[in-house]
Amino acid sequence: MKATVLVRPKAGILDPQGEAVRGSLAKSGFDIVSVRIGRVVDVEVETSDREKALAELEQMSHDLLANPLIESYEIELLEEA
Amino acid sequence: MRPDRPKIAVVTFLGSLDDRDAVWALAALDAEAQLVWHAETELPHGTSAVVLPGGFSYGDYLRGGAIARFAPIMDAVIEFATAGGLVLGICNGFQILCEARLLPGVLIRNASLSFICRDVTLRVERTDTPFTSRCEQGQRLRIPIKHGYGNFTGDDELLAELERKSQVVLRYHGDNPNGSAFSIAGVVNEAGNVMGLMPHPEHAVDPLLGSPDGALILASLVDAARERSAALV
Repeated sequence: MKATVLVRPKAGILDPQGEAVRGSLAKSGFDIVSVRIGRVVDVEVETSDREKALAELEQMSHDLLANPLIESYEIELLEEA
Repeated sequence: MRPDRPKIAVVTFLGSLDDRDAVWALAALDAEAQLVWHAETELPHGTSAVVLPGGFSYGDYLRGGAIARFAPIMDAVIEFATAGGLVLGICNGFQILCEARLLPGVLIRNASLSFICRDVTLRVERTDTPFTSRCEQGQRLRIPIKHGYGNFTGDDELLAELERKSQVVLRYHGDNPNGSAFSIAGVVNEAGNVMGLMPHPEHAVDPLLGSPDGALILASLVDAARERSAALV
């Protein structure tokens, strides 16, 4: 099954990359309030069992793909075509 | 094994850079320092301290230290630390210890977004740790940093707890080079046997290298390792 894991910096955690891009966009004339930069991880797991896939994705997101101290994550399981 | 030369294991991960410098510095400070390959599953017999060196393990992919934390040797390091063994993480080693949850917090990209390589001044906040026993309270140390991800942070609760429990051992003095919360440069775990720091003491053990101040930290570790090694004999 295919899935997408979205990893974002948590609210309140400094995001220097987002800050730099915000500054650059503001200089380009955009009215910018804030920019936060995260990460998209596309994962394909072997199993076709939805529950098992979700459990595995939850564990890998918590243990490796994100650092829960500073990042939140969302798992989107893509329906099989 | 000579108990007066305690055995200290320095782990080489794929992408470690300062493992040999750490071995050289520890040997110069009368330790029997030994490289241990990341794929090993056990620490050498008689190991009385472990150093996780600086570098860019696994290319800093995902986050600094995130992949190295799952190297085979890390199970043994975590077991050693959990049992009270002395572990010092330098730079990338600090990041690995944070990712392995042996130390609180996390190191994110420098506030300037730039890689920084220069000498900094540190202030010693605690001397009652196995890593700073040779330092004076409030002493200023001149030690180099070289990192892109040295900005120590955590949520407000974690940072408040670190201060409350006096887990900050070293702080940047004066200029805060990387944006670290409360100018934190080095922390210990609650039990006091695991320490991480971003500056590189192994690059400052001789006046010829610009400063001998790093030797105070490494020699403190060697002293503590020697005591533990003697207790084992």
